[in-house]
Amino acid sequence: MSADVELQGVSIAFGDFYAAKNVNVKIEAGEFFSFLGPSGCGKTTLLRAVSGFLEPSEGKVLIGGQNMSGIGPNKRPTSLIFQNLALFPLMSVADNIAFSLEVRGVSKQARRKRADELLDLVALNGQGDKKVHELSGGQKQRVAIARALAVEPEVLLLDEPLSALDLKLRQKMRTELRAIQQRVGITFIYITHDQGEALTMSDRVGVMNDGQLEQVGSCYEVYQAPSTPFVATFVGENNAFSGKVEKVSKGIAKVNVEGTSFSGSIGKTTVGAPHPVGVGDDVIIFVRPESLSLAKGTKAPKNKFSADIETIEFEGNLKNIYLKSSKNKSIRFSVPSVFDTSDLTPGSRIELSFSAESAIVLPSGPLALD
Amino acid sequence: MGGFFKKNGSIISTFFLIAITFWLIFLILIPQLYMLDLSFRPNLPPLLRGGPDDVYTLTHYKHFVFGSETSKDAYNYVDIGVFVDTIGTAILVTIINLCFCYPIAFYIAKLATPNATRLLILALIIPFWINELLRSFAIRILFAGEGVINNLLLEMGLLDAAVNFIALDVALYTGLTYAYILLMIFPLYNALETLDTNQLEAAKDLGSSTLRTHWRIVIPHAKAGIASGSTMVFMLTAGALATPVVLSSPNTFWFTQLIYQWFNMNDNWSRGSAYSIILLVVSVAFVLLMMRIFRVTIGEVVR
Repeated sequence: MSADVELQGVSIAFGDFYAAKNVNVKIEAGEFFSFLGPSGCGKTTLLRAVSGFLEPSEGKVLIGGQNMSGIGPNKRPTSLIFQNLALFPLMSVADNIAFSLEVRGVSKQARRKRADELLDLVALNGQGDKKVHELSGGQKQRVAIARALAVEPEVLLLDEPLSALDLKLRQKMRTELRAIQQRVGITFIYITHDQGEALTMSDRVGVMNDGQLEQVGSCYEVYQAPSTPFVATFVGENNAFSGKVEKVSKGIAKVNVEGTSFSGSIGKTTVGAPHPVGVGDDVIIFVRPESLSLAKGTKAPKNKFSADIETIEFEGNLKNIYLKSSKNKSIRFSVPSVFDTSDLTPGSRIELSFSAESAIVLPSGPLALD
Repeated sequence: MGGFFKKNGSIISTFFLIAITFWLIFLILIPQLYMLDLSFRPNLPPLLRGGPDDVYTLTHYKHFVFGSETSKDAYNYVDIGVFVDTIGTAILVTIINLCFCYPIAFYIAKLATPNATRLLILALIIPFWINELLRSFAIRILFAGEGVINNLLLEMGLLDAAVNFIALDVALYTGLTYAYILLMIFPLYNALETLDTNQLEAAKDLGSSTLRTHWRIVIPHAKAGIASGSTMVFMLTAGALATPVVLSSPNTFWFTQLIYQWFNMNDNWSRGSAYSIILLVVSVAFVLLMMRIFRVTIGEVVR
């Protein structure tokens, strides 16, 4: 069984401080949905409102169409995996997993049987009698998942459960989580500040900032078609140039950035319509580092500008070239590692360009902090 | 040892060495060994001490079990009775204390806001700036026949006649429970404070009732703290003197009062020593037995 989760105008206030402001989103049954945002953006608060540890100050949480107000966490069809997992250290692995069954008065044999089934599901066969501290980080993770699944929840809530793992294990667990979700077929709501996690696992992502849901969309959408400057800079890397609109035609805006004219496509709002951008408006034009190219090797380069190379960083699959424009603006330019950069030395000046299609123009607004 | 001196400098190291040696040898070892030795000697006038009559004997221990040689009873029912009463009451007081302190400690450690925590701890500590004897008298004033509680209940019409709380030993139990409350609350608080709050939430999320969460998660976590607090409260209650003297009913006698009498009134230090040793050994044995039953190690208790 799997249920949809709907947040209707959910606000959560602590005194004067709003941890969540008017959040509206419908998460479909069986969907893997992630709330992505920097720490302190209110995503954990939102998750606690879904799990029942917090009641929204305004608005409603609906699970499977039912209003959850006044229903405690032990009575909701949800199960929460805590950031620190919160396994019970004094119980065996099997007892941990079967705790929810013990609470419901299930017999010892039936509990053990179910625990063993769940251990199979998370690939920990035969580890039921171990103590929690005897397990590795990744194994503990799986025990936490098994324990949460033992209640047969309709919605599984995950509060950054992978953040304590090292990179390789984290990547492995992402794949595994996704596989488990597809096997059990229930709704997963995942909280993370790590865009890599959100983008690789989720069906859809909700990007949050400062208590507000900035954009909801598929991973592809939030990366390729951000609706706000925050999303543009928080999800992936982006070069941002602030300027004033000079001309608008056919979804392309010509923007004057400190005397240089750049053109880019006008971005879409959260509801999918183009932003109403007019001449004279303050806008930001965003260009991904991988959308930049050397003007020298490009046929009829558009949106040309020059910049001085400061450093070149090797990052495995790509090289990041950091530059300073003549207006003293930091620029990031990424090329595949195979790209020959022997003639690009720090201190030398190069000309870069980008196509209007690859750049996005959005009304000015706050950026994500670097 | 050389490493210790090198690390801390010779002045500090010497100070530590002297202080610890003094504490261990002069304050603990010598008095206890002296008492142990005394308990096996006959009670002689000073002039005869060290003389031919001063030989090791079990007479005082025999007195505790069988009574004086002139007594007709097979056993010393009076002293044994007092002893059993004392240990039994100490156990009861320890249990009452635990039941009383556990919710308080849990509230302070897990539920209260940081400000409330500070305030509550202060409220717990401040009454203990007053000495034990005065606190006992205060409780006596509360529970006396014409005392605050009786007057209040009579005034409210809840009672027809004053209740003799002193004779019923209600005052004694209250006084003893209150006397060592801090020694129960603080070990409990320390243990509960280290419990990850997420575990409580996780248990709740998995459908556990509050009672079951405490039984399966909180109490097992706090086991060492419970053992540590209970041990201290039990030992100190069994060895209490001031509170029972002030608060016990005329027909209740505390074992320490008996010891006090042998030492001070009857001037029989040997017998007093023997009785002290009996109390000490039985109390320690009882605590060790409890630790065995509840599977707590000494290391956990003193942590």
